[in-house]
Amino acid sequence: MNNAVDIHTNGATRHWPSQGLTRIPYWVYQDPAIYELEQQRIFCGPGWSYVGFEAEIPNPGDFRRTHVGDKPVVVARHRDGSINVLVNRCAHRGVQFCRANFGNTNAFTCPYHQWTYDLKGNLTGVPFRRGVLGHGGMPSDFVPGEHNLHSLKVTTRNGVIFASFEHGMPSFEEYLGPKMLAYFDRVFDGRELSVLGYMRQRIPSNWKLMFENIKDPYHATLLHVFLVTFGLFRADQPSAVKMDASGRHGVLVSSKGEQKAGAGTAEMKAFRADFKLNDARLLDPVREFPGTETVAMLTLWPNLIVQQQSNTLATRQLVTRGPHAFDLIWTFFGYADDSPEMTRRRLRQANLMGPAGLVSIDDSEVMQLSQQGVVQDQNDCGVVELDGSSVGDADHMVTEAPVRAFYSYYREVMGL
Amino acid sequence: MRTHELRAEIEELYYDYAASLDELELERWPEFFLEDCWYKIISRENYERSLPLATMWCESKGMLKDRVVTIRQTQMFAPRTMRHVVSNTRIKSDGREGIQSEANYVVIQTMVDEESKIFNAGRYLDTLVRENGQLKFKSRICVYDTIMIPNSLIYPI
Repeated sequence: MNNAVDIHTNGATRHWPSQGLTRIPYWVYQDPAIYELEQQRIFCGPGWSYVGFEAEIPNPGDFRRTHVGDKPVVVARHRDGSINVLVNRCAHRGVQFCRANFGNTNAFTCPYHQWTYDLKGNLTGVPFRRGVLGHGGMPSDFVPGEHNLHSLKVTTRNGVIFASFEHGMPSFEEYLGPKMLAYFDRVFDGRELSVLGYMRQRIPSNWKLMFENIKDPYHATLLHVFLVTFGLFRADQPSAVKMDASGRHGVLVSSKGEQKAGAGTAEMKAFRADFKLNDARLLDPVREFPGTETVAMLTLWPNLIVQQQSNTLATRQLVTRGPHAFDLIWTFFGYADDSPEMTRRRLRQANLMGPAGLVSIDDSEVMQLSQQGVVQDQNDCGVVELDGSSVGDADHMVTEAPVRAFYSYYREVMGL
Repeated sequence: MRTHELRAEIEELYYDYAASLDELELERWPEFFLEDCWYKIISRENYERSLPLATMWCESKGMLKDRVVTIRQTQMFAPRTMRHVVSNTRIKSDGREGIQSEANYVVIQTMVDEESKIFNAGRYLDTLVRENGQLKFKSRICVYDTIMIPNSLIYPI
């Protein structure tokens, strides 16, 4: 995993800037060779990728279609109850056989030549295998079992499904480490999950900018006027950033304050102390998790953000679409034992999030502007020096340590 | 004849509503609704699977006004112009609970430095009620086919 490689694109050899983790070279956001290497080493490499909830496929035969990196996969529940994650590509001629996002079936049949697979990916049917009227057919030594669908390693924890192309993976618990696992279990505490619905958006920027965004508390206290105005996230509130031992996972936590001017708003030009909602129900959070934190944003390598902001809960799955775009798939959820009032509150607070989110619009827009900027000079680089060069935990928001920690692990995996 | 007049009145409402958004007269937009109203922009996948989540969710005229204020004052976004085309109006029923009507819409978005592109396509599912002689929305549900939204949905539809 640590074997350094030279990546050649247009005759250029890639070298990380000599300043190290306080610089991010702009070629990482646009070089097609880097993107291809990311697919091999990150998304098809040793990581647990989020692929959905058990609650989305509760019954035998249920399936959902999704992606790991840019590889289409199908997540299916076999009649024996097992969850299988299969590459959505027929072993015969490579057809993406499943096009429905959700469904229920006994078998997957490729539309082209009707090769048929069971929900574990075993090839169970090849039409005209023995020929027709003594003519043609597959050779007598054709072994169907050698032409099954590619299957991924699968694991679940408290109703959430993860998959990996790497079959020798450590357990999910070991992969997260105790600190991150505690934050994962804070939201996924074993209660039955209830899916409230989906939002999908295609963001015209490199996928890493999304992780950088959620790992960057600095911007949240400045860009997000809505959050700051209503005291949902401010630089002068108790908060922290924490990482696992490798730096690949992280969490950003904070506690809600009041709508008043203070140290956190003095340098924020757009802060509006006089802004009152016409309908205060939009923001009527109730405490539901242990501890004092009212927001916890968990970033899990390589494709998942777990959002808990007040009572709005969602997974945000990243699906890469080349160096210059990714899809962000938001699955909003609650718990099966939520009261109708709590469900209504979650749906109302969802206004803050997604492609029309009162807060997250700022992010999707700024990521597009970032991409438009970095493509202009791939030899330039970004400056990540807030709070020095540390890559460790901090008990404040005025730091870029989680971004540096992310790239520390990224460089290790990529050999850069 | 009466249906003919009603259709003309509904279409007039639809076109004026669209003009308020296209011309960015956003403060006019909540005035098309009753105080006690629903406005949702919901993906077709959620709607058809009876999942309640909406991409934009307002359950009072006050929330519509709050959405306008945030667009004007707190959100950061690149400038763009929107153009609504509304068609295929169908009056489904006219009863005690109000008029149920539907229409198709297409929203074309034009960004700086870009050609115009179809941003969102879908249909309106409306309940209209008369208030002081004027038709107003008791509810407007925008069910969109374009479930993969091209980046951000800033303005109402």
